[in-house]
Amino acid sequence: MSEKQLSVEERNQRTLKKLLIWAVAMFGFAFLMVPFYNVICDITGLNGKTSSTAATDAPEKVVADRTVTVEFITQKGDGISGEFTSETKRVKVHPGEITLVHFYASNPGDSDMVTQSIPSVTPGEAARYLHKTQCFCFDQQTLAAGERKDMPMIFYLDPDIPRHINQFTLSYTIFDVTERVAGKNNSVAVN
Amino acid sequence: MSTAAATHDDHHDHHHAPTGLKRWLFSTNHKDIGTLYLWFSFAMFLAGGFMAMVIRAELLEPGMQFVDPEFFNQMTTVHGLVMVFGAVMPATVGLANWMIPLMIGAPDMALPRMNNWSFWILPFAFAILISSVIMSAFGDGNPSAPNFGWTFYAPLSTKYGPDSTDLFILSVHMMGISSIMGAINVVVTVFNMRAPGMTLMKMPLFVWTWLITAFLLIAVIPVLAGAVTMMLTDRHFGTSFFDAAGGGDPVLFQHVFWFFGHPEVYIMILPSFGIVSAIIPAFARKPLFGYASMVYATASIALLSFVVWAHHMFTVGMPLAGTLFFMYMTMLISVPTGVKVFNWVATMWRGSMSFELPMKWAIAFVILFTCGGLSGLMLAITPVDFQYHDTYFVVAHFHYVLVTGAIFSIFAAAYYWLPKWSGVMPNKLLGELHFWNSLISANLLFFPMHFVGLAGMPRRYADYALQFADYNFWISIGGFWFGLSQVLFLAVAVLCAMKKGEKAPAKPWDGAEGLEWEVPSPAPFHTFDTPPVVK
Repeated sequence: MSEKQLSVEERNQRTLKKLLIWAVAMFGFAFLMVPFYNVICDITGLNGKTSSTAATDAPEKVVADRTVTVEFITQKGDGISGEFTSETKRVKVHPGEITLVHFYASNPGDSDMVTQSIPSVTPGEAARYLHKTQCFCFDQQTLAAGERKDMPMIFYLDPDIPRHINQFTLSYTIFDVTERVAGKNNSVAVN
Repeated sequence: MSTAAATHDDHHDHHHAPTGLKRWLFSTNHKDIGTLYLWFSFAMFLAGGFMAMVIRAELLEPGMQFVDPEFFNQMTTVHGLVMVFGAVMPATVGLANWMIPLMIGAPDMALPRMNNWSFWILPFAFAILISSVIMSAFGDGNPSAPNFGWTFYAPLSTKYGPDSTDLFILSVHMMGISSIMGAINVVVTVFNMRAPGMTLMKMPLFVWTWLITAFLLIAVIPVLAGAVTMMLTDRHFGTSFFDAAGGGDPVLFQHVFWFFGHPEVYIMILPSFGIVSAIIPAFARKPLFGYASMVYATASIALLSFVVWAHHMFTVGMPLAGTLFFMYMTMLISVPTGVKVFNWVATMWRGSMSFELPMKWAIAFVILFTCGGLSGLMLAITPVDFQYHDTYFVVAHFHYVLVTGAIFSIFAAAYYWLPKWSGVMPNKLLGELHFWNSLISANLLFFPMHFVGLAGMPRRYADYALQFADYNFWISIGGFWFGLSQVLFLAVAVLCAMKKGEKAPAKPWDGAEGLEWEVPSPAPFHTFDTPPVVK
């Protein structure tokens, strides 16, 4: 009787340990979802995330018989009291055509401000066909006190952009990250 | 008949059962802990219900009458949290504690001391959460209680969350630890403590559905813990999981949350399926139709619950392939659910039915849960979801599956097993009044919500456009009526606890089957010290 009792307890302990390991693993899995999500977004353009690095290849060709309308909108995130606008509100481009647009941000305050702009494309499907060779969003931009900064962005559309995408919106939200940068001098993860 | 329970084992720890407060504080007895869980969940049901009354009072008429919109938001948030984590989940854990050892012929839960701990964490978790509401109510809304909805989407709960968000995070962690321990206990008990001859495919369906629920809990509650941990570090330790300024993504929060949240929905409803599968055969006096298919259907629902989470967030903007995938997967869930509903109906078909209280609740469950399931199917259709999203249609849907679904089945379970728990039959007159009042008022409360939702009334607002006034008036009347009806159940439960009523025989329902009816009523403190023989 007592031997049998013991073995049940041993089995209980063994099952308990297995289940605890599983629970801890699932806690880890929650954090694993973060890089996994970012990879999925990078591959599929889910959520309109554009590439965070500059495109180095030149476009193969210009598709002159197609035009795609690209609209630009800007939003001011927390701590931004100055100006953040795009000079161009909408532009019609041929896929493969290299285009330059200007954004302006100002810092009316009396101390330097570090900003980070975050791009987002709607519909998200278009994100991976947007190649930027230069963008103020790749790095943090420092605005000196009272400065109004011209922030150029150069892009082209992939010549393979699907036919049904003939218009999309690129939105930038600018954030004041001065404190964040001061708080920890290591670089802020930017996607 | 096993009366082994009455004979004392002299090497048993509980030779001298402690009395008074100590009995409950230090209890490792599955029946005592089950009772604690059930009373606690009923107290939370009343607390969450009181918050719902505040919501419905404010919505009785258009315009602002009783509370300011900020406090209204806190009410919707904490009502949801208390009902999900405080009422429904602990109630089913309480039922599991009481019934699983009795149903599989085990002397107790496998890990009794952990069982004690997993219950006693809960009152503290909810004291922390509800303290924020009390501070808010008596401090004129300052400091604010959590006000971001029970789904606590970032950045509402991170950047814009009130200070009490940290209390909320701590309390969710504690509830999570409690749930995981409870679930582990169920799995270990079912795997290792079954009486000889009780094979897996002989287990009552309530045990099966709880076993699968327990696996769901162990899989997704840690993900919820991960989500609130990320919130905590975003708020205080400079990380940017959900903060776009630092390269994070608020939409990620929704993915992590609903990866937990959808299985959570089934965590709340699967035990109900088990309860109803026990009650309907008992009062139809026929064995359950399609036992094996019920087991497989439950497992299928559980597996599918991991691949449907994004149907809660169709409107965030997903690729077409993504929305199609989640839409079809969601619709696929109606297949195993339909199997269950048809099996219950087939069990009743040509049965010698009688309509005692548990059966009334169970039949109401089958009909009204199906109603909630159908509105769920409508919501699954991506293009129309864009119209229904975040309207009262959604509120109607999930209250049909959770109130007239989960909670009705918990009442069914209470009326079915109260004779076993207390030794007396629940008061018939009060029970009938409770049932009919709840049935009519719940439908008056929730059915018109479909209409105002389809007409465009958004959820979680303290006010509404004038054309919704008449419907909202009646919804509120239904709400107060439903709330008051639950006091009747309090009376039923207190009468049973005081042993006032007709004495219950060991098996009060002549068609009932299962090992739990082979022990006397009330079930003695120790049962099945010697395992029963299962044929």
